[in-house]
Amino acid sequence: MREALHAEWTKLRTSPGTIWLLLGIIALTVTLSAAATAAVTCASADCGQDPAKVSLTGIEFGQAVVVIFAVLAMSGEYGTGMIRLTFTAIPRRTTVLAAKAIVLSGLTLAAGTVAVLVSVLVGRLLLPGNGFTAAHGYPALSLADGSVFRAAAGSVLYLVLVGLFSLGVATLVRESALAIGVLLGLLYLFPIIATVFGDPNWHRHLLQIGPMTAGLSIQNTIDLASQPVAPWAGLGILAAWAAASLLLGGLVLRSRDA
Amino acid sequence: MMLMLRAEWTKFRSVRGWVIGMLVAVGVTVLIGLLGPLGTNIGCGDSGGSCAGNTPPTGPDGEFVADSFYFVHQSLTGDGSITARVTSLTGQYSPNGTAAVGQGGADLVSGVQPWSKAGIIIKQNLNAGSAYAAVMLTGSNGVRMQDNYTHDTAGSAAARWLRLTRAGDTITGYDSTDGTNWTAIGTTKLSGTAQIGLFTTSPGHEVITQSFGGSSGRGGPTRATAVFDNVDRTGPWTGTAVGGSTRNTGFQQTPNGFTVTGSGDIAPIVATGGSLTTRIESALVGVFAGLIAVIVVAALFITAEYRRGLIRTTLAASPWRGRVLAAKALVVGGVSFVVGLVAAVIVIPVVLKLDVGKGLSVFPVSTWTEVRVVGGTALVLAVTAVLALAVGTIMRRSAGAVTAVIVAVVLPYILAVASVLPAGAAEWLMRITPAAAFAIQQSEPAYAQVTASYTPNSGYFPLPPWGGFAVLCGYTALALGVAALLLRRRDA
Repeated sequence: MREALHAEWTKLRTSPGTIWLLLGIIALTVTLSAAATAAVTCASADCGQDPAKVSLTGIEFGQAVVVIFAVLAMSGEYGTGMIRLTFTAIPRRTTVLAAKAIVLSGLTLAAGTVAVLVSVLVGRLLLPGNGFTAAHGYPALSLADGSVFRAAAGSVLYLVLVGLFSLGVATLVRESALAIGVLLGLLYLFPIIATVFGDPNWHRHLLQIGPMTAGLSIQNTIDLASQPVAPWAGLGILAAWAAASLLLGGLVLRSRDA
Repeated sequence: MMLMLRAEWTKFRSVRGWVIGMLVAVGVTVLIGLLGPLGTNIGCGDSGGSCAGNTPPTGPDGEFVADSFYFVHQSLTGDGSITARVTSLTGQYSPNGTAAVGQGGADLVSGVQPWSKAGIIIKQNLNAGSAYAAVMLTGSNGVRMQDNYTHDTAGSAAARWLRLTRAGDTITGYDSTDGTNWTAIGTTKLSGTAQIGLFTTSPGHEVITQSFGGSSGRGGPTRATAVFDNVDRTGPWTGTAVGGSTRNTGFQQTPNGFTVTGSGDIAPIVATGGSLTTRIESALVGVFAGLIAVIVVAALFITAEYRRGLIRTTLAASPWRGRVLAAKALVVGGVSFVVGLVAAVIVIPVVLKLDVGKGLSVFPVSTWTEVRVVGGTALVLAVTAVLALAVGTIMRRSAGAVTAVIVAVVLPYILAVASVLPAGAAEWLMRITPAAAFAIQQSEPAYAQVTASYTPNSGYFPLPPWGGFAVLCGYTALALGVAALLLRRRDA
């Protein structure tokens, strides 16, 4: 396992795209978070906005880069034929998958932490100017606040889980363009499809099972009772998607010719 | 060029995965569209049974209309006119929509709605949805002349004297501040025996609140009371609550004139959701999934050539690189157009039939609008495919190209319809990003004379249908230009 980890780390470290993708995760997340933070205002004490969710909106953008990053870590090897060499060196294929998952998670965790910290900082600086003041019932955004910390740490975990989910899907379908299409479809389509459901129960169920809609519920800090799914339960649903994709990917990886 | 087209077409159709991808695009568009009616369960009445009779009345132009007001009327045959002065317009509403206006209640507040209406009207008959022409004083939009539900012309803000005359079949509306100097506002046509008289009505109170997923409207019924004097026609007068509005409405004749109390609206119904209506484009929600499949195939159409080195053979066979790109764009755009057309033509009638079976009323649209929605969907798929091809040519890597195009087209739409962004920011996203193109699917126009939440998340786009589509075309033209330039300059 140590050799596998070392090999994966070396491959990812020396791949020219890695640093740009990690910077991309940070840049896109922070850009959209800052734009959303600047756009949302709170005119009265009853404005119903969730400052933590607003300042972490960029995760919806940054996750797309996490998807590319994780998919390329697997599909890239199939594209170049490198995968055969990898499996010759380490014949235990699930070990390779596990090593990839660990290295990917570590790097996503690092980039995600930076992205989230900067986003929260931007929120802390900009939100009071938009009416998120103590007078309207909003203290300054602070990680010392338990629910804000949960939203922030949860958003980092969200990115890590999206990376694992992507790795599993990429292992299943191998072709990078197809894997990305499937992943972005699964992440982005649930909230859109939910909008046409007239029945509130169906609407709720769709948001509960969608990996993005459920997972991002970790960002909710106000009005938790009216959300389709509780924060940690939602992240758990995304974790289930990730676990299922990795499990299937692992099984297929073992039985399929590379 | 024909040879190149043929070469590209052969490449496209002989890759099984791409053909399957395009078939999948049709399949997911249809299947996801069918989920909508499955997820709709409405019940009408206590039994949850039949919803027959819930269909709103339709106006002379075929659109769904609200037509309920209190009408003090008499018959008009041939030419004639009516003049009246509105001396006051007052109203009551329930801010939270809880109290039943007219039955009393704790939280009733005095105040007129912006589009509370009181004035004079010539209407074909007493049936809801019949043709009419009216001049009215509104709550806060001055004097207006409105006819046949969708037409609205502003008059003077200060006038209180109103006049309608009919000569032949032409009706002219006038207003005046003093009763002697009259200004014509507009004309319309209405022939045959009609009802002429005074009316008052008041639309629901709308509170547009901003919350997760954009804005939502919350309202309640309201009531308006108008006092008329200087009515130049003499009795007998009959009072009728047109459209069944019985919310304690009625009229009183006084020595000087009339007091008329009404509730409801004379206006087109807008499709802001939450009611028992649906629009044809709601059947097309699956297009987003189809779009993703088309983007994947279109990007691979060029990036696969780079990965396999086939691009060198292609460019050796036809050294005009710009034309190679054009041939590829025509092939992948054409196939995507057909995919969109087939999917839309299949899914719209099926979903609408299921919706009607569930008791929903479908907003009637003109044939031209229907063609625009269906053809526009196909065009959005085609142009997005060309965008993916162009971005694929620029990046030469499928992962980046696929992600960039999906994120550019789909993410702004999600942020606009299902995120924390306020309506203003959502509308800007729908103006400046490629997602603006979905405006081409909007079948119902926004009406300035009806207060509603006209935001992207209720299906109203800030740009007109072809304007939104032009935004996508602009991005695609730009990407195609850069792609052609790079393809020519760069070593393959």
